[in-house]
Amino acid sequence: MSVIEVGIIIQRPPYKSETATLGFTHAISYQVVDIYLDDGQSVTPKVCLIGEGVLNCLKNHKAMENYGVTSIESHIKNALLVDLDIYVCREDLERFGISEDRLVDAEDMGADKKIQVVPFSEIQKILEQTKHILVF
Amino acid sequence: MGTLTIGCFASLVGSKSLDFALKLSKAAVDKGHKVNIWLSSNGTMMGKANQKHLKDYSTSEKYVKELLEKGVEICECEACALARGIQKPEAIQGIKWDAMHWYLAKIYNSDRVLQIGGE
Repeated sequence: MSVIEVGIIIQRPPYKSETATLGFTHAISYQVVDIYLDDGQSVTPKVCLIGEGVLNCLKNHKAMENYGVTSIESHIKNALLVDLDIYVCREDLERFGISEDRLVDAEDMGADKKIQVVPFSEIQKILEQTKHILVF
Repeated sequence: MGTLTIGCFASLVGSKSLDFALKLSKAAVDKGHKVNIWLSSNGTMMGKANQKHLKDYSTSEKYVKELLEKGVEICECEACALARGIQKPEAIQGIKWDAMHWYLAKIYNSDRVLQIGGE
């Protein structure tokens, strides 16, 4: 059994470009990565939102109404539902004046996981343990 | 020798990022390394056949074909391509079409990963 961790840093804001969405969709795709790997091998993404990327985790997106696309909120909920770890930088949330009660959760979908608000030093430690890092 | 996987998200026209990715891939494969290239987002333009080489714009088709002949695995994100109006029959022959888990699987077996972002 060999599982590697891949850090996925999302630092772009939602909807300005496709970048943040791609970060989440690449992370969620870990669910089916096993079909290309040998038995016991897998990839575990660690999603870290920093800088303007923390804006992705605000509740109540209206992406379908405004842009006709699946919201990043929906991607985050799906990510939590499939037990992905999503870490949000506490300092950057404070910089934008965002309180934790404004963050997306997937309780309505029955997810056990929640977005984890952590100091940047903790994100650095998480990333140090990953084999590779993808920046979105 | 090592394995390098490059994720290309930048546009072929309008930046030199993909040009860099292709030249880096050639240098790596010529040194005996294994190279995988993942084309996603605007990077999917790199895999379209029948590119016309106008001198003011980057083209990739010639280089992509050369890399494929050298054994580089190149895969295009099917959803990203279709969303941009690129159909599979229009792709450069030899390029695979798959989804994001292909990229993650290649990352698993890579010594180095380079992600060239679109923005």
